[in-house]
Amino acid sequence: MAHSDRPLSPHLSVYRWQISNTLSIVHRMTGFALSIGALAFVGWLVSIVAGYDAYSTVNQLYGSIIGVIALFGWTFCFFYHCCNGIRHLCWDIGKGFDKRSAQQSGMLVIAAALVLTAGLWAVVWTG
Amino acid sequence: MRLESPLGRALGHGSAKAGADHWIAQRLTAIGLVPLGLWFAFSMTSLQHGSYELVAAWVAEPLNAILLILLVVTLVYHSMLGLQVIIEDYVHGALGTLALIAVKFVHVILAVAGFYAIVVTSMGAGQ
Repeated sequence: MAHSDRPLSPHLSVYRWQISNTLSIVHRMTGFALSIGALAFVGWLVSIVAGYDAYSTVNQLYGSIIGVIALFGWTFCFFYHCCNGIRHLCWDIGKGFDKRSAQQSGMLVIAAALVLTAGLWAVVWTG
Repeated sequence: MRLESPLGRALGHGSAKAGADHWIAQRLTAIGLVPLGLWFAFSMTSLQHGSYELVAAWVAEPLNAILLILLVVTLVYHSMLGLQVIIEDYVHGALGTLALIAVKFVHVILAVAGFYAIVVTSMGAGQ
């Protein structure tokens, strides 16, 4: 039932970009990226059961420059999606849904995701 | 030609009688993934210099193995629900149907592969 002449909602072009809708679309994009990350996660698990050679190959791949960039990206995606997900769960029980709280919690989510990502990689690079 | 207005066609049909279970499952898996995801992310920082034997032994620890299985199952379920919504929003027609089927197949494979890898590693085949 595709009616292409029907008006679409939401009407993206009439909105001014603001923190709420930016964080919303970033939530979806990080979720998508994490689904790709699930492949890397299960690949890692399978390489362990496959034995030393397979694990070494995967370990080398994940330790390469591209691998580390991907892992860094997935770390940020995870912390962002996790923090913003908690924000969504609060909304689901009716907490913090007014405009002012939503904007403040949005800023908090960005800050928390950046701090957690930096913190985790600080542990990695100093460990 | 139908002598029925669009409103008349829609009235009385009620909701689709489906969707609430999807919504609830997405929230419940999200709640589960907060502690599981944080545990996994920070666990990885301590394994970065680990040898193959050490990593396999870590997976084989009973508590780690149980948490990893919970993580794989919850993550795969949550990822499948999320990708389903993204596809329903952006991919229409036959391509959308194919994408939905492909996503389900890939996620079932991921769940089975992850579960197998953890269990068999735990039983010592990876050492």
